Amino acid sequence: MKEGKEEIELIKEGKRLDGRGFDELRPIKIEVGVLKRADGSCYFELGDNKVIAAVYGPREMHPRHAQDAKMAVVKFRYNMAPFSVDDRKRPGPDRRSVEISKVSREALDPVIMREYYPKTAIDVYVEILQSDAGTRTVGINAASVALADAGIPMKDLVSSVAVGKIDGEIVLDLNAMEDNHGEADMPVAMVARTNTITLLQMDGRLEKEEFERGLKLAMGACHQIYELQRAALIDRYSESVDV
Amino acid sequence: MYKVVVPGDFISEAASRAGEGTYVEDGKVYAMRYGIVDERGGIKVVPLSGKYVPAEGDVVIGRIAEISFPFWIVDIASPYEARLHMSEFADTRDEKIEFGSMSRFLDLDELIVAKVTNVDAVMRVDLALKEDFNLRSGGRLIEIPHTKVPRVIGRSGSMVKMLKEKCNCFIFIAKNGRIWVRGREDNMNLATEAILKIASESHTSGLTDRVADFLDSLKREKGRR
Repeated sequence: MKEGKEEIELIKEGKRLDGRGFDELRPIKIEVGVLKRADGSCYFELGDNKVIAAVYGPREMHPRHAQDAKMAVVKFRYNMAPFSVDDRKRPGPDRRSVEISKVSREALDPVIMREYYPKTAIDVYVEILQSDAGTRTVGINAASVALADAGIPMKDLVSSVAVGKIDGEIVLDLNAMEDNHGEADMPVAMVARTNTITLLQMDGRLEKEEFERGLKLAMGACHQIYELQRAALIDRYSESVDV
Repeated sequence: MYKVVVPGDFISEAASRAGEGTYVEDGKVYAMRYGIVDERGGIKVVPLSGKYVPAEGDVVIGRIAEISFPFWIVDIASPYEARLHMSEFADTRDEKIEFGSMSRFLDLDELIVAKVTNVDAVMRVDLALKEDFNLRSGGRLIEIPHTKVPRVIGRSGSMVKMLKEKCNCFIFIAKNGRIWVRGREDNMNLATEAILKIASESHTSGLTDRVADFLDSLKREKGRR
């Protein structure tokens, strides 16, 4: 992943290619309730990542034999639009998206109080409309807001971000250029209130000390993202209605 | 003033007062749902959205979804379907209901008013017909999220009373968010608009007065035309 490619200078004069500092997130935009026919939905932008999440349910679980008599079943589908990347992505599920769906579902699972809706299914659909690295973290952020919007009982929101290593430096929230030419990428998801980590993956290599520094950086950023997610939900109902 | 909370928000230290829509962790009360805090009585979070879950005693409007002898399977706008037993009709008719003849009494897609008589541990829902409400004599169905039903009723029925007076309609509000309106066509249109407005602005205060003004202005507009 690192060797054999032309060397690209990712850090110039202490700044990254897009002008960010090492511990800076890309700009975030969150909109709640963007889909009229979904029970809950959220549009989430992180830099050039554009992601929409839709939640349907709790609703009747099909097929019946997959029902859980004691709790709801959460189904999560991560899907990249064919036009979301530079080279057209072959549509449909593939090894990568199946894995991301699984880990994302498991990242949200600890906060969803599934026992309130036995025998039902909660369907979460995450569509990546435009991708610029870190889409699984954006998907988790969007899905978490959409689940709250759908009125699903939850203990907390989940927030997620990636850290990585480029040109020997630990930096927050890699973009596609940094991801492709960097040395490591590590997505993290966590419950901000309790600092509980619900997803941790790593691609590439980090020293123990670098890993610890990166994790701390990611956890700090998750708190920032949490505040934005919360504000987006609150804002939706605080706008006054003019008479 | 109302306070909007999201899941995980800290609400109070008074764990003993924790009620619906909240959970307690380390002696503190947190919100379990996205909704509005209500501290009258216990500490509750009234959800802004979510699916209807039937409870014993609820009166609902259902739609016949399937006939499966000896039950009618009824859609009650919930993740759980309900069933109405054939015997609900047997008492009231001379004719005996036989296999294959159930649709003559209640056919697919027909609407009924029913009371939830039992919900068991595996969420099997039983209904009893309430025949004092006959939907066959005409009217219109309006569907809103069940979480908005308390606003359409209003504090001690103030909102629905105002709607009935201003729209001159019969209005029946079921627990599952289905509302039956019966009256003159133009009056039903008025009621429909008002109810949809209440549902979309249910989180704001002073709603009853605003809806009353809204109905007055609609009527004035209509008078001019």
